[in-house]
Amino acid sequence: MDNNKSWIDQRFPLTKVWNEHLAEYYTPRNFNFWYFFGSLAMLVLVMQIVTGIFLTMHFKPDAANAFASVEYIMRDVDWGWLIRYLHSTGASAFFIVIYLHMYRGLLYGSYKAPRELIWILGMVLYIALMAEAFMGYVLPWGQMSYWGAQVIISLFGSVPFIGPDLLIWILGDYAVGDPALNRFFSLHVIALPLILVVLVFLHIVALHTVGSNNPDGVEIKKNKDKDGIPKDGIPFHPYYSVKDIVGVVVFLMIFSSVVFFAPAMNGYFLESANFVVANPLKTPDHIAPLWYLTPFYSVLRAIPPMFGSQFPGVVGMFAALLILLALPWIDRSKVKSIRYRSWPYKVALGVFVISFIVLGWLGMQPVTPLNALLARVFTVAYFGFFILMPWFTSIGKTKEVPTRVTE
Amino acid sequence: MSEQEIDLKKRRFLTKATSVVGAVGVGFVAWPFLSSWMPSARAKAAGAPVDVDISKLESGQLVRVLWRKKPVWIFRRDASAVASLKTLESELTDPNNEEDQQPIYAKNTHRSIKAEVAVIVGVCTHLGCSPTYRPELGAADLGGEAWKGGFYCPCHGSKFDLAGRVYAGAPAPTNLIIPPYHFVSDSLIRIGVDPKAS
Repeated sequence: MDNNKSWIDQRFPLTKVWNEHLAEYYTPRNFNFWYFFGSLAMLVLVMQIVTGIFLTMHFKPDAANAFASVEYIMRDVDWGWLIRYLHSTGASAFFIVIYLHMYRGLLYGSYKAPRELIWILGMVLYIALMAEAFMGYVLPWGQMSYWGAQVIISLFGSVPFIGPDLLIWILGDYAVGDPALNRFFSLHVIALPLILVVLVFLHIVALHTVGSNNPDGVEIKKNKDKDGIPKDGIPFHPYYSVKDIVGVVVFLMIFSSVVFFAPAMNGYFLESANFVVANPLKTPDHIAPLWYLTPFYSVLRAIPPMFGSQFPGVVGMFAALLILLALPWIDRSKVKSIRYRSWPYKVALGVFVISFIVLGWLGMQPVTPLNALLARVFTVAYFGFFILMPWFTSIGKTKEVPTRVTE
Repeated sequence: MSEQEIDLKKRRFLTKATSVVGAVGVGFVAWPFLSSWMPSARAKAAGAPVDVDISKLESGQLVRVLWRKKPVWIFRRDASAVASLKTLESELTDPNNEEDQQPIYAKNTHRSIKAEVAVIVGVCTHLGCSPTYRPELGAADLGGEAWKGGFYCPCHGSKFDLAGRVYAGAPAPTNLIIPPYHFVSDSLIRIGVDPKAS
């Protein structure tokens, strides 16, 4: 065995990689509940890729056959229903896990120096994931697939000057149809998954270069013993690899309950309008994107047209997403973790979380004058969090950060 | 040759020249891939004109046909509906059709060639949903008494009158599009072709 190992090690850095990233990768010893979601996101990614490979074997990326082929998967393919429900539930689970993972970053200041690049890579991953999910939702070619695509792609048509041509280029036709379905399929099963996997690799390489943050926001590398091992660090494997398995078990219990008992999640994971085949002549009475896109959709609806153009709303929607990239630089606080932050930050974070959830809820509701007003108020609150951040992170008294992690 | 000093200036020039030529090459190679996303010859050919027989179209009735994969509405308005169009002007964003959303022969109050027959592309100018036909007068959910019939977009709540003109304050920025069309005969409309210049 040892012989084999050295034979490989002379040709490939197997032991070196194993040690650097697992057995001798030192992780803060005080990780809590919030630190499960990174590994869970990887689990869901693998699950989506595996179920996706099997769905692709039966799915027909063709406007005339797509809807029927999904029904065929659900009814005629052995266990096809399970594979599809794992995939559709996996999409929502992915966003639940990612939102909690990102919230962890906000709680403990994980985006702050020296981890800016991890945050940027994570944000790019999040945006790529949104594109992946959107295109995946178009594939079953139901009413919601079709009209969702129509609305989202129309956003590009509002770009000044080049909009109409850009729209035709994206669709490959004068309206959403077979060419759009076909290219979204290609992007959904090849281009974006490749990009996601590469980005996950880079995200982890960047993380392992600087090391993990922790609930205290203390840099464990500042306190090393005589062997150069952080005093507050424990090897990732076996300590956290085993701990993460507990998270996986709990996650899979909840996940499979949804898959087996409520795969449509009352319209939140699979919308009822999508059980009707796409009809370009009739928009469903109420259309809304899936829940994970609705906060941004609300921002889009909240901004009224200006100068005879819908473009300001589109800019607002993308700004709501891209402004998260600025976080490492607009947070002026000296401390990372919420445990030691001043009260203005805690209040602001609370307002931000409420705004995000309310905007998400409003995005699923029909437009009424009251809802439109609420969407405007919470859009202002959402952007206020970022615009005022340099100010509220530099006022108020922060608590003293300990030199070592606490229990 | 080996005794000659390395000419860094020449080396930098050659590096840059090679990079530029390489970039141009990448551009040329990218072109076929990018333009493969444009509508194919088949998709372009599918944009042919569509004929609609309106001889059986009742007053108030609306039919939908696909033209260039977009829904086009053809519906018959009675005299009172046509008359009501005039009364709405103060509530509309663009009552006089200043925006170029219709062919010149439809730039009138009823936005059509014949006042009683409307032909409108049924795609909301906001984000591309197809508004719902709501001809009933005084619909409670659409403003009650003031509602003279028209279209309501379920996606984002834009309202249009029976000539496809947008109500002020709606998310949709402009009136609905009127396609090029003409009457081949009294009962046959051809959508996609302008009338012969007359």
